[in-house]
Amino acid sequence: MTTELVTLTIDGATVSVPKGTTLIEAAKQAGVLIPHYCYHPSLPSPAVCRMCLVEVEKAPKLLPACVTTVADGQVVQVHSPAAEKAREGVLEFLLINHPLDCPICDQAGECELQDYVFQEGRSGTRYADYPKRFNPVEEFGPDVLYVPNRCILCTRCVRFMDAVAETPVLNVSERGDRAYIGIDPAHALDHPWAGNVVDLCPVGSLISKDFLHKARAWDLDKSPSVCPGCSQGCNIMIDTRDDVVVRLRPRPNLDVNRHFICDHGRLDYRWMNRGDRVEAPLIREGGRLRATDWDDALDRLSAAVGDAGQGDVVLLASARASTESLGLLHRLAEAAGGTVRAAVHIPQGEEHSLPGIPHLALRAERVPNALGARLVGYTDAWNAALDRVASAALVMVLDLNLPELLDRLAAATGVVCVLDTIDREWPVAVSHVLPVSTMAEEQGTWINRDGRAQAYHPARHAPGMARPAWWVAAEAWSRLEPGRQAEAGVDDAMASVASVIPALDGLTPSRLGLTGRIVAGAGVHG
Amino acid sequence: MGFPHPIHPGENPVLSTHFGDPGAHSHAGWVERGGYTALRQALAMAPSEVVEVVKASGLRGRGGAGFPTGLKWSFMPKEDGRPHFLVCNADESEPGTFKDREIMRWTPHALIEGCAIASHAIGAERCYIYIRGEFTEPWRIMTEAVEEAYAAGVLGASALGSGRRIDIVLHRGAGAYICGEETALMNSIEGKRGNPRIKPPFPAQAGLFGLPTTINNVETLAAVPHILTRGADWYRGLSLGNSKSTGTKLISVCGHVMRQGNYEITLGTPMRDLIFDMCGGMRPGRTLKAVIPGGSSVPILNATEVEGCVTDYEGVVAAGSMLGSGGMIVMDDSTDIVYEIYRLTRFYAHESCAQCTQCREGTGWTVRILERILRGEGKASDLDLLLDLAENMTGKTICVLSDSCAAPVVSGIQKFRADFEAYLTAGRPHALAGV
Repeated sequence: MTTELVTLTIDGATVSVPKGTTLIEAAKQAGVLIPHYCYHPSLPSPAVCRMCLVEVEKAPKLLPACVTTVADGQVVQVHSPAAEKAREGVLEFLLINHPLDCPICDQAGECELQDYVFQEGRSGTRYADYPKRFNPVEEFGPDVLYVPNRCILCTRCVRFMDAVAETPVLNVSERGDRAYIGIDPAHALDHPWAGNVVDLCPVGSLISKDFLHKARAWDLDKSPSVCPGCSQGCNIMIDTRDDVVVRLRPRPNLDVNRHFICDHGRLDYRWMNRGDRVEAPLIREGGRLRATDWDDALDRLSAAVGDAGQGDVVLLASARASTESLGLLHRLAEAAGGTVRAAVHIPQGEEHSLPGIPHLALRAERVPNALGARLVGYTDAWNAALDRVASAALVMVLDLNLPELLDRLAAATGVVCVLDTIDREWPVAVSHVLPVSTMAEEQGTWINRDGRAQAYHPARHAPGMARPAWWVAAEAWSRLEPGRQAEAGVDDAMASVASVIPALDGLTPSRLGLTGRIVAGAGVHG
Repeated sequence: MGFPHPIHPGENPVLSTHFGDPGAHSHAGWVERGGYTALRQALAMAPSEVVEVVKASGLRGRGGAGFPTGLKWSFMPKEDGRPHFLVCNADESEPGTFKDREIMRWTPHALIEGCAIASHAIGAERCYIYIRGEFTEPWRIMTEAVEEAYAAGVLGASALGSGRRIDIVLHRGAGAYICGEETALMNSIEGKRGNPRIKPPFPAQAGLFGLPTTINNVETLAAVPHILTRGADWYRGLSLGNSKSTGTKLISVCGHVMRQGNYEITLGTPMRDLIFDMCGGMRPGRTLKAVIPGGSSVPILNATEVEGCVTDYEGVVAAGSMLGSGGMIVMDDSTDIVYEIYRLTRFYAHESCAQCTQCREGTGWTVRILERILRGEGKASDLDLLLDLAENMTGKTICVLSDSCAAPVVSGIQKFRADFEAYLTAGRPHALAGV
């Protein structure tokens, strides 16, 4: 398909963009950010905030850049005196009824009103003699508070609920400067995707109860990651404060989740901060687990694998593990020489779609890497694999928190090695416990339900001696095969896995970028 | 509601011929007075021919903008296979304007006939008449008239036996000024909040329910039957001033004149004649201070500007304002102009739909500054502040409500600065004391 290109000038920079592009998007390509509030690339544009007014040569009035489409030869001025005066006017109008409570506002530091006022607003007020509009804080839903005094009526939240969630529970109530965002009194803002209104809100008017007064935006460290909540693989940003995860937010990926994540994914992060972690390798001696160092632990692990010989090896793993970890553990198990039965546990839940965005839902498959696991040799015939635990020569378990599994492990007759994050009451049959990092502490690759390989990156440090599971497998394998060089990094780990699974060739975390790539030939779900 | 005043010799009654004539209400009465011959004539013509006649007449929109009606009709797509709509704007909510109300009260079938002709011309099978919520009497009369028109076969599957379907649906507003703005009105008919829409797309491309739509004012449509029966040349000849302003216009005069009411004048009539002759001039002992000539949204004229003003689209612009809807508010020297401007801005602040920032916040702020001035607490810098806010509120929003709030403030300060300064330099009692 050929796209007709239109060439125009924005603040002196010449750009060529497809016909039909709006000025605001064309300006981004010219490296110019046109200040805006109501416009959002994933919502319909009502052109109401009037912040993006720009001067277009030959137009009698300033035009809203969010709904004006490009024309050949157009000359656009974003920083002309008239456009700047208009923006200064809008900012002043927005501020007259906006409290200056930035010091106690969660949005401060990532507030578009604050940013643009600093950039081009007036330094003083001309409205000092009048009281500001007041309305009390309202609870909109399980995680959303509405602070009407801070609201600038951009209506992004209303349009999200109308056009994207297709559950129109919000509206603009009243008129003039008495207007506020109203909620249907018979409904709460409890749609499974409702939390997005907090991210969409350009100011601190819709705020998350979960994040309320938890941290200042400028103290946060942000790491690009992928949501571990389901097989959709929504792109997220993990925000940490002093190594503690305090918030998950959507990271734009137009092919996966556009600008949104569901509340299930958004709020399920507390486990990343758990304090009851395994922090050192544990070896059972005299009936008790005692801490040891990695050298000793890895020697013992490789010995256990070697001892399995021709016996059955059962590999039970979480589909939240990285493709690298799953792949290398599988190769380690194969190195023993016997039959390997590898299975992943895939918890199921209710599916909740976001109707306005095609192919976006909280998926029933509540793990991020089911496809990756299948690709590197794991089945989801979970119960069949469990039935083999009792007779297997070697059982390896990766990051599974399942009470029924502990009962099965208790009945194992072979060697049981557990790679885990959490310090549990292990049955006596477990002889090796190896501390591994969580997805928030390592780099890795998951393959979502559409066959898209996506890299996630560490957001915090792994506690104690915990290491990525692929590292444990690589080190044990090199001990098992003298002369074999252990994989030095996650890219190497992926390369080793790809050497037997060509579809994964080249999909190393460092080469996947921020939006991922489709795995050639990966079976697409559904 | 009362009967109209006797027709003044200076008037040129076309639309208002039957104002005050109760016999014109009914279908039979309307037919006796020559009604529905224009519709019969139009239905025998090709739609494009009807458009051409209206174009040739020079008829311009009577709702306020003065856009050439025939040209507007010609914007409708031809043979595009989609339903078209005609919408008649009978929301008449512009302060000072009460002419459409009289057309509907006295000559409901004139409007129905005009709507039916226009529907034929633009290829619409359905016409919505959006009637202002407060208009209880016009609503009742229009409802009865539409029922009669259906019973008489004027409307329905075969309008006047032509085989052409024309339906009229009456829709009653709920009291918002902004629903008189054409795109807000369409949202309102669709059951949505009455917020103006961003243009483009224009109604002829995507209007009511996203389909091609023409929207005309009551007075515009009521003039169409006369143009058909008497001819475009006759209508174009009704012009005393600029040849671009043709026909007659109902002017609703209220305020400080001896005889308020609707006056139908030939466009181009001197404003002086209208105020001092037809309306009987000022009350004894009073002199003219100001006129808002076209509904509250247009700039104020002072007495000097009124003096030479010709009442047509171009003439009022030349005098410094706009003909608008023809709602003329006359104020004599007893008027506290600052208070009047305050009262207007309070109306706009109340009616702002809250979409655009400048309008939502600017109207309210303007009110608060004027309130302060009236209390005698104004600051020397307040007038410059008002003018700066007005500049920030003008030409920057989706619709012109914001501009309309700014217009009387700007023209008021420009033309009556001394009145404002009298408050600022104190010494004047504040007018808000008893409000």
